[in-house]
Amino acid sequence: MEGHYAPQPMEWIQVYEPELSGGGTQFVPTPCQHCQNAPCLAVCPVGATFSTPEGVVLIDQDRCIGCRLCLAACPYDRRFFNWGTPPQPEQALSMHYTPEHQTPAKRGTVMKCDLCPDMARAGRLPYCAQACPNKAIYYGDLEEGLASNGATVVDIYRFLSDNSGYQLKPELGTEPRVFYIPGHGEAVGRTPETPGTKPVVWPWNPVATGSETWTR
Amino acid sequence: MDAMSKAQTDKPGSPIGEYQSAMAPGVTPEWRERFEGRVFAPLAHTSWRYWAWIGFLVVVVGWGLFAYIHQLRDGLIVTGMRDRISWGMYIMTFVFIIGISHAGTLLSAILRVFKARWQLSITRMAELITVVALMVGGLFPLIDLGRPDRLLNLFSEGRWQSPLLWDVFAVITYLCGSTIYLYLPLIPDFARCRDRLGPQSSNLRRKFFTVAAAGWQGTPKQKKALDRAMSVIMIIIIPVAVSVHTVISWIFAMTLRAPFNSTVFGAYFVAGAIFSGVAAIIILMSVLRKVLHLEEYITVTQYRALGFVLAAMAMVMIYFNLSEYVTTGYKLEAGMPFHFQDLMTGYLAPMFWFYIIGGLIVPVLIIANPWTRNTRGIITAAVLVLIAMFIERYLIVVGGFRVPLMTYSARPYAPSWAELSIFAGAVGLFSLIISVFVKVFPVVSVWEVVEHRGPEAQQESPEAVRKVPAAVPAGFFVPGHGEGGE
Repeated sequence: MEGHYAPQPMEWIQVYEPELSGGGTQFVPTPCQHCQNAPCLAVCPVGATFSTPEGVVLIDQDRCIGCRLCLAACPYDRRFFNWGTPPQPEQALSMHYTPEHQTPAKRGTVMKCDLCPDMARAGRLPYCAQACPNKAIYYGDLEEGLASNGATVVDIYRFLSDNSGYQLKPELGTEPRVFYIPGHGEAVGRTPETPGTKPVVWPWNPVATGSETWTR
Repeated sequence: MDAMSKAQTDKPGSPIGEYQSAMAPGVTPEWRERFEGRVFAPLAHTSWRYWAWIGFLVVVVGWGLFAYIHQLRDGLIVTGMRDRISWGMYIMTFVFIIGISHAGTLLSAILRVFKARWQLSITRMAELITVVALMVGGLFPLIDLGRPDRLLNLFSEGRWQSPLLWDVFAVITYLCGSTIYLYLPLIPDFARCRDRLGPQSSNLRRKFFTVAAAGWQGTPKQKKALDRAMSVIMIIIIPVAVSVHTVISWIFAMTLRAPFNSTVFGAYFVAGAIFSGVAAIIILMSVLRKVLHLEEYITVTQYRALGFVLAAMAMVMIYFNLSEYVTTGYKLEAGMPFHFQDLMTGYLAPMFWFYIIGGLIVPVLIIANPWTRNTRGIITAAVLVLIAMFIERYLIVVGGFRVPLMTYSARPYAPSWAELSIFAGAVGLFSLIISVFVKVFPVVSVWEVVEHRGPEAQQESPEAVRKVPAAVPAGFFVPGHGEGGE
């Protein structure tokens, strides 16, 4: 959790709760989709948004000019702008900045989920997969074909086809690298009729300097 | 002094200016003297009212600058924009003001290509609007930046694949082209000023006109060169102008948002730009006509002709709105039901209906009706159109961004005091630059009117017009040198 110190009100993985056609709701945790044909990357005027050879879409906040063309371009609403001085705790301010970590946050620049490439290099799962209490998030390599949620390792393509995996807004042709397994959380005792996501808290906010937050 | 003494020793027939050449029918030496005196008057005489007006504008611009400094200090949090309405007042103003710049291109380039003559007394004003609008409008993408300190990244790290880069280059190209196009027809007028300067004029003024006239003597060779240069630039400037507003539309149309998902967006923006540009020229010429007493030279003829252009463009806009809304409204793809509801009965409905009725239908009715087709009616139509076209930009930006991309509820948008102050500062800056230019060169293309247009046949009240006192204080300008004029 305390990896990126994402400034409030940024929810890099916002859990949307769309209604199901038969009633009830479903949770759709939505990180950056790390699209293969990323619209945000195409429109960036200065190349601050870039794609690594591994396929992760990152932002260089030392180059970003804050034009927000990428916020207009992203069809998943997954980009966040530092409108004011972002609230950051002491620990974040003393961290060494890289686009792979985006900490400390910089005013007037864009941020989003970075899929923790530095964690992958260290042989660890991203913070989100580590923190998910229900082990609902798998992380892996689409070329290698293996993914893990920290408890088990699955064959990605087999897992997706066995469970009718889908992507968000595939008709747009963005080719997201994030896939979803349909379901309502039955495995952990949830039914579609149990609505409501828990409110997000930013636990480091009380100790953050410049704690000036805004609404999205 | 040499320019003046030279002018005084010139005998009729010597190449003192282009005025030796053919003049438009009806141009008498007396008329020309009165015309030039009237047009050159603001260059020679400045009243206290002018300085009061400049002072007022400086305060307004200063207020806008203060708001911008406030924004630099605190960040874009001082605006009403947030992640889900991530563009607002600044981008609308950019689109709107750059749109106004199309006035010059339409009036001076397109009409000149077709050899229309009625617009010659207002082409200078139209070209002036173009240049000033580009200077002011071009600031807005910079004001909108979160990190203006990194502006130069656009050049050092620029990616030509980004629509923003297209905008940068299109606007810069258009500004350069229209500055040349403003300057070229000014050369003979600068020469006329230089040759007519009287002994009381300052050396600075003499030097300025001498340099600006670029050695113009009106020789056949020079005339041919100017004619060719103007022909080339007036052809080039038309596709440049079209490209500018097309790529401005593309910063929207290149995104995956349903309301921007349109192939006519470029053409729609260009039409809207010309439409608002015509409204702007009607308003500016009305102000300058009144303040500089140009009633005799800008008459109901110009108003009616511009009124017809305005009505024609309004009908083009009605057509574009129909083809846009009927096709997308029939299919109602994802996101569009929200957008239509938002525009027609929801959050944006009052603005949308004002735009459609007040900005498109009522102006056509005003101009179509002979009873209201007079200067007052046409000015009213122009004011309505200008307001409605700003609202149209508002609807495009806010309406487009309000459509939820995921399951969240749409966000409202209202400009903050900082955005409104910067907008006011921009309007002030626009007026300030125009007001300064009014003192630098004649706002009517004197030589073109004398050579190709002549006196306006239709005067509203000739007696009232002639009663306007002699314009140029003696001593600043010596009498002209037309045939028999001395």
